[in-house]
This record gives sequence, structure tokens and C-alpha cells, in this order.
Amino acid sequence: MAAQSTAAQIAREVNAGTVSAREVTDATLERIDSVDGRVGAYLTVLHDRAREFADRVDARVAAGERLPLAGVPLAVKDNMCLTGTRTTCGSKILEQWVAPYTATAVARLIDAGAIPMGKANLDEFAMGSSCENSALGVTRNPYDLARVPGGSSGGSAAAVAAHEATVGVGSDTGGSIREPAAFCNVVGFKPTYGRVSRYGLIAFASSLDQIGPFSRTVQDAALTYDAMGGHDPMDSTSLDVPMETTADGLLDDLRGLKIGIVREFDTEKLDGAAHALYTRAYRDLQALGAELVDVTLPTADYGLATYYLIAPAECSSNLARFDGVRYGLRVDGDDVTAMYEATRAAGFGPEVKRRILIGTYALSSGYYDAYYVRAQKARTLISDDFKRAFGRCDLIACPAASSPAFPFNSKSDPYSMYMMDYYTIPMSLAGLPALSVPCGWVDAGAGKPMPMGLQLCAPLLSERLLLGAAHAYEQATNHAQTHAPRLDEAVVS
Amino acid sequence: MNASDKYEAVIGIECHVELKTASKMFCACPNEFGGEPNTKVCPVCLALPGALPVANRKAIEHMVRAGLAFDADIPAFSKFDRKNYFYPDMPKDYQISQFDMPLTQGGEVKYWLEDGTMKVCRLTRIHLEEDTGKSTHAGSGDGRIAGSSHSLIDFNRAGVPLMECVSEPDIRSAQEAVGYLDALKRTFILLGVSDVKMEEGSLRCDANVSIRPIGATELGTKAEIKNMNSFRSVERAIEHEIARQIGVVESGGRVVQETRGWDEVNGTSISMRSKEQAHDYRYFPDPDLVPIEVARAFVDRIRGEMPEIPWRRFERYRAEYGFNVKQTTQMIEDGALADYFDECVRLSKNPQQALNFVLGDLSRLANETDVAVVQSKVTPQEVAELIGLLESKTINSKIAKDLLGRMWAGAGSPRAIVQAEGLAQTSDEGAIEKFVDDVLAANPAVVADYKAGKTNVAGFLVGQVMKTSGGKANPPMVQALIKKKLG
Repeated sequence: MAAQSTAAQIAREVNAGTVSAREVTDATLERIDSVDGRVGAYLTVLHDRAREFADRVDARVAAGERLPLAGVPLAVKDNMCLTGTRTTCGSKILEQWVAPYTATAVARLIDAGAIPMGKANLDEFAMGSSCENSALGVTRNPYDLARVPGGSSGGSAAAVAAHEATVGVGSDTGGSIREPAAFCNVVGFKPTYGRVSRYGLIAFASSLDQIGPFSRTVQDAALTYDAMGGHDPMDSTSLDVPMETTADGLLDDLRGLKIGIVREFDTEKLDGAAHALYTRAYRDLQALGAELVDVTLPTADYGLATYYLIAPAECSSNLARFDGVRYGLRVDGDDVTAMYEATRAAGFGPEVKRRILIGTYALSSGYYDAYYVRAQKARTLISDDFKRAFGRCDLIACPAASSPAFPFNSKSDPYSMYMMDYYTIPMSLAGLPALSVPCGWVDAGAGKPMPMGLQLCAPLLSERLLLGAAHAYEQATNHAQTHAPRLDEAVVS
Repeated sequence: MNASDKYEAVIGIECHVELKTASKMFCACPNEFGGEPNTKVCPVCLALPGALPVANRKAIEHMVRAGLAFDADIPAFSKFDRKNYFYPDMPKDYQISQFDMPLTQGGEVKYWLEDGTMKVCRLTRIHLEEDTGKSTHAGSGDGRIAGSSHSLIDFNRAGVPLMECVSEPDIRSAQEAVGYLDALKRTFILLGVSDVKMEEGSLRCDANVSIRPIGATELGTKAEIKNMNSFRSVERAIEHEIARQIGVVESGGRVVQETRGWDEVNGTSISMRSKEQAHDYRYFPDPDLVPIEVARAFVDRIRGEMPEIPWRRFERYRAEYGFNVKQTTQMIEDGALADYFDECVRLSKNPQQALNFVLGDLSRLANETDVAVVQSKVTPQEVAELIGLLESKTINSKIAKDLLGRMWAGAGSPRAIVQAEGLAQTSDEGAIEKFVDDVLAANPAVVADYKAGKTNVAGFLVGQVMKTSGGKANPPMVQALIKKKLG
């Protein structure tokens, strides 16, 4: 079984008995051992556990079960719990913490036959857009090792891109699946908020966090999503509505669909090559039968400001529990307050501290109405904009990120990093399903073509239509196949 | 004029009551008191990374029940908020509570004082939250944090559902405070929403106390009193605080806003923190929990299942039956017993005799045998029969008492026993005269005493006649005959 195989192919062969899950797992572990020293996708590789999971899948298949993800190698972002494995959030404060329970989404994927190969790197507590905020490791973009993989789910994206896993799971709060997917030439899909249980996902911003898949094909994203979505009684915010499957709803063309092009997201503002690339992508959608319509999201520009109040406010409270009392890092002090302060000072990195400070301030008495309450109102206005836009179209198309992957240490101020999520944050605030699908390559200098992603967004709960349309676009354009990962080059630090 | 007569106390009470549910507020762990430390815990109530809360429906039902008991408003929409502060025995370092949209708003608690005066204390709100764990400080010898080398935390209590009842400042004395708390306690027990065991910490309260000159309408500066662990200590602490504040004002000082801890052993209070050190809890809606929509049909169903609330029963017994305060209070303390009593009254139409049996012989038998009256073999039907036999003078009270003992043991219908054993009281004058004559003949010395003017020996003679008759002689007739014969 080639490392390039899709999840659909692997599951078909494992279910048919022509290859074992154990063989797929061993081959993938070998690939990880040979390339991950350069990519750095994983914080923990589960050599023994992966083989145990594989043997269990082989036994189930031998007993007659047919599993939708039989033997499919899976990268799990290291902010999701898996019993008995270190779950770090890329933070020193949880560096040695071993989860005693498994996240619902991960448990469902394992039950569907997927094999967790390891825990993938991320920006600390999923806060960042380049993976550079991880306190525990550097992840490199498999298409240019001098560049970032994107973030925060950079490890999962890089693992899938470098064939160190066939599918991955990440979490997306403001673009943390879609942006790294675009950077790493893979499909990254954020379902409707509430479609995938957050139980066992270590919270960054509870009202925005959503788990979703990474894969090299839209079909694999659909298979992965189908296996992990649906109501979970352990998560009050998981939607108790029937789960619509998507893998059986993939489309061949876009006839009859109206696709909205957002006036405010005019790509002329981008670099010339990027503008040309998106112009071509929209034409390709049209060529597949879609009717392009002009839509407007007048409040979209306020997305970033809104997001950077709500998400830090929630995170300031969510991260309070990392106090050194019950688990994780503890740095002793003279009394309990000194212990809290020393632990959190040593355990959290600068971006996490910045967001805790912003959030604490935004929730403070006297500022709450001016910041948090206003941000919530702005959030409603942004959602209303999307509702109006979807009155005129079935899907919205726009860039997933404003540039391809950038070199390490090139975004020195926080704001320029926050701007990387300009196109993805509005959808997160509105809770909408959205994905990034490879849409071509631009020369980012040094003669290395770098991938970019087309973002497609659908109305709430329209995952089936969204994945169906993305599949039609992917099959017609096939951009992902143009270049292979470049892992043989020297690692530039 | 005494200094204390110049001032009026203004008191509001915040009461935390642990709800009686099978599981904790946001997880499936058992909601039980005690147990080995940290055995009733899970990822959710330990606030492990990634764990999420799911609200307990039964606790919300209890809240609606409690609100309806006090005629509170039950808004159609409610939500949970996070109250953020760091505390070692609070695992998430925020408490899930309710800030501006509690499950119940307003309402009033009617209660009474020992002299039967009815009082009303308005409720501000009752809201739902979760309890914390418990810290134990080790290494200092006396369990105090000062000088301790380390602390141990038991999270068994963390996440137990807690309702907080906040009163308006309508209470004017320590006695009223106790009356108010008694009303809460008996109502919550009746409704089954809590066991209200102060010794297990399932009811904890803080009092906000201020004073003002009599006749003033503005509120004085308040102090919050904490650490009161019994109704008696609430009474003492409030009395102490009123006296302390009067002392401060009378000596020319000003009361400062602060939190004071009651020291039960020394009968005094100690300042814990001033207003300047007050927390900013940074409340905001908990994004892990969806808002609660309280359907009207749900409220109506619970309203339909509500028992008679204690204060209403109190007023009914006082007005309709004329019972005194003590008897009435005793009668309504146990809702099931009061229901039993009501059934006895309905069947016998004799409230006073029913009260005598229920609070008297039946309660005594219950104590002796450790079986509740309502669980005993004696039915209200049988009690009513017994009352009927007494009223018709078929039996006298002595026979009735004996019969009750046998009924408790399962003898069944008293009428049937009386018939089968010929226990009916005799009013046959000839027969009674024979008993009297026999007794007088057998006790010449006593008769002589009587005739010498010691008329109080008549009681002895009546008793002897009753004994000779096997208890069946009609006592007033016996009395009259003896009197007549000894002229």
C-alpha cells in the first residue's frame, strides 16, 4: 500500500483483506521515522499504541466487520485527549500531562477503524497561525522546509501533506484548520459549529472551537467527517439534529448552483499572482456550471476585532484551570497565590499570556459592556450578513488565506499574524461550515511554487452540499497533484 | 432610653442549599455526602482539560419547584454564567452560576414567629450553581491554614448542585432570621428538593446586617457575616453583629463595609476582608452550556404537582382548627405526617382529637418503634374509627389508648376489636352501681377518709371502679354515683 493512497482506498483494501491495518500502520510509522525529523509534524509518535490499534482493527475485520476508516492512519492534533497518551496543547504547562480519557471525536474515528499515529504539533493552546507558538517543537511546511505549515493545526496539516498520516484531525477557532490546509496543499474542513463534539478537545474559545478533518482528497475529508460528526450527550453545544452524511453526496459538477463572490473580499488587494490564481479559480467554478453572483458582507471587516475580544475573553476563563493544583506543571511558591503566579508565568508562552490579558481586561467590570457585549452584538451582525448573502447564493467562494505559507519569524508583530485569519474568522463567528481546497500554486520566491487554498463556505448544516461542490472543483482542477512535497532539502533553521 | 431601642436592624440573607439529585450538577458522578476523598469524581467535576458540563435536568426541575413554592416568577428563558476567581478547591477556577437571568426571580417567603405573628420576607432571586470541593490544611496541628505545611483537597463535593436563595433586606431581628430560615428549610424538605442538613453543609448561609436609626428609610452600611453553621449560631451571630454595630455608632464611629467571620466558640466575629479587596468576578455567559428555555407546560406540570406549602397549612390549621402555634408548627414540620393528619380529620371531622392522637400516642409509638406514623400499620381510616368510638362514648380514652397500641402492632379495625372482645363502655346504671358498691365495700378506710372531708380520695375510688369494670364503665357516671353514695 503506497503512502500516497487515500483513506477510501486503504479502507477498501483493509476491509477486503488484501492488506492489513498492521501493514499500513507499519509502513506509515516507517515513513514518520524517516521524514518527521525534518517535518516535525508530531510531538508524540504512538509506535506501540498504533500497532495495538491496528491489530484490533484487523481482528474486527477478520470477524466480519466493515469499517469506514479501516486501517486509515490518523494524525491527532495534540489538544485532543486520547487515553494514556501525553496531551500537551503544545504548552509547557501540560508537557507531561497524560490524558485519562478520550475525546468523543477521536473515539469515534478509532471506532470507525482509524489508527492514531501520533499527536500533532500546534500553536500553544491553538493560539496562532503558523505553529511557531508551540512551546514544544518546530513544524515545517513539507513544500518548503524554510516556511511555516500554518496554524494552529500545523502539525496535522503537515503530517497529512508529508504522507505521515492519511487523514488528520484539527480544531478550527478562527481558521486553524483552513489556513494550514491552504499552506500545506491539503483539504481542511471546519464543519458547522456543534456538528462535531468538543468533549475532550482542550478548549481555547468554546463558542468558536470546532473539530474537523484534514485529508488529501475531499472524499477522505467527507469520510472522516461522517465518522466523527453527530450529537454527543457529553457536549451540550453539540447539535441534536440528524446527521447528514456527506461521502455519498459528492458532486461531479456545479450546475444549478449559485456561488457568491464577496465584494469586500476583492482579491485585487492581494499580490498579483494570488489575484490571478483566485480569478482563475472563480472561472473554474463557473466552467463547472455554477452561476457566480455578487454578494456583500458589509461587516466582515469587523470580524478580526470582534474575534479578538470574544476568543480571548473565553480563553481567559477556559485556561484558568491550569493553576498547578491538580495536574500539569507546578512551580512552588510561598503560598497558593505565589504558586499560581509562578506556575502560569513559567507554563504559558507569550501569545497565550497576551490573550489571557486581553480577555481578562475585556471581561472586567466597567469594560464588559464596551468590549465583550459589543463584540457579541457585532457577531450577530456578521451572522446576519451571511444570512442575507445566502439568500442570494448557495455557497460563497473566497481565499482561505491572503498569502501562501511564509518563512519562519517573518511575522514579528501579533497583528500581522492575526491578519492571516482575515478570510476565515467571519465564518467562524457565524458558526458556518467552510473548507479550504487546493486551488493552485504561486511562486513565493526562490523558485519554489507554494500552494494556496480556495475557501468555500455554506449555510449552517449544509456540509453535504459544501463537500459535494468541493469535490467537483477538486476533480476538475486537480491542483494538489501538481507538485510533491520537497522533504529532501536541507533544513534551514 | 436604651441604646438598642434607638436603632433598627436591617438584615438580608443569602442561603446556599445543596439540591437532592441522584447525580451532580454537570456530570454523572453521584451526589452523595461523604465517602473516601476523591472517589466521586470524573473528568468533568475535576475540570480535566477538555471536559465539558451538561446541565442536570432534575436540578432545574427542583429550582422551578422551589420558585413556585414562594410565588416567584419563573422566566421563560434562563442561562448559566461563569463567575471567575481562583480558588484551589474550585477545579475550573470559575464557578458555573447564574448572573443576570436566574431561574427564579422575586417571590416571597411567609414565616411566623413564636407568638404566631406572620411575617413576609421578599426574595430577590433563587439561582442555580455548583458547589466547590473541600480543603483540609495539614501540618499546623489545628487544621488552620496559618502555619500549615500543605493542603489536601477532596473534590467529592465539587459540582454538587447548589441553589442560592437571596432575600431582600426585609428581616429586622435575629429571631426573624431564624423564622425565615425555618420556613425555607421546611419548605425545601417538603418539596423534596433538599435534605437541608446543616451539619452536612447542605444548607449554608451568610447574613448582610446593617443598622439605622428607627424611622430612617435609608440603609446603613452593611457587614456580611459568614461561617454560621447552625440556626442557633445564625441567631447568636446576628445578635452579636447588631450589638457590635450599635456599639460602633454609639461610640462615634462608622460601620465599614466588610466581610466578617463568625467564631462560634468565642461568640464573636472577626473581619475577613474589606470592600476594597472585593473580587471582580468577570461574569459572562458560559459558552459551554446552552441557554435554558423553561417551557410553560413544564412549569404548569410542576405547579400541578405542588403540595400544600407549609405557611398555607399553618394559617389553615390556626384559622380553621384554632390550634396553638406550637402544636401547629409541630404538626406541619413533617409534610407526610400532616397529610396523614389531614386524612384523619377528613374522615373523623374531629381535628382536635385527631391532633391529640397524631402528635400524642401515635408519635410516641413511632418514636418507640422507630417506624414513622405514615409508614405504620395504623391507617387514617382506623384512627377516624377510633375517634368515632370515643365520640359515641362506646369506649373511653383509656381503652382508646390500649387499642392504639394494638392497632400499631397490626390488630386492624378498632370497631371490630371492640365488638369481638366486648370492650364497649357500659352506661348501664344498674351494672355500674354494682361495681361502685363492690369498691366502696372493699375500701372502708378510704370511704371513712372521704367522709372525714378528704374528698380528693374520690379519684382513687373512681380508678378502682374503672379497674373492676375492665375499663368499660362510663367514667362520668362512675364519678356521679360515688359522689351520690358517699353524699
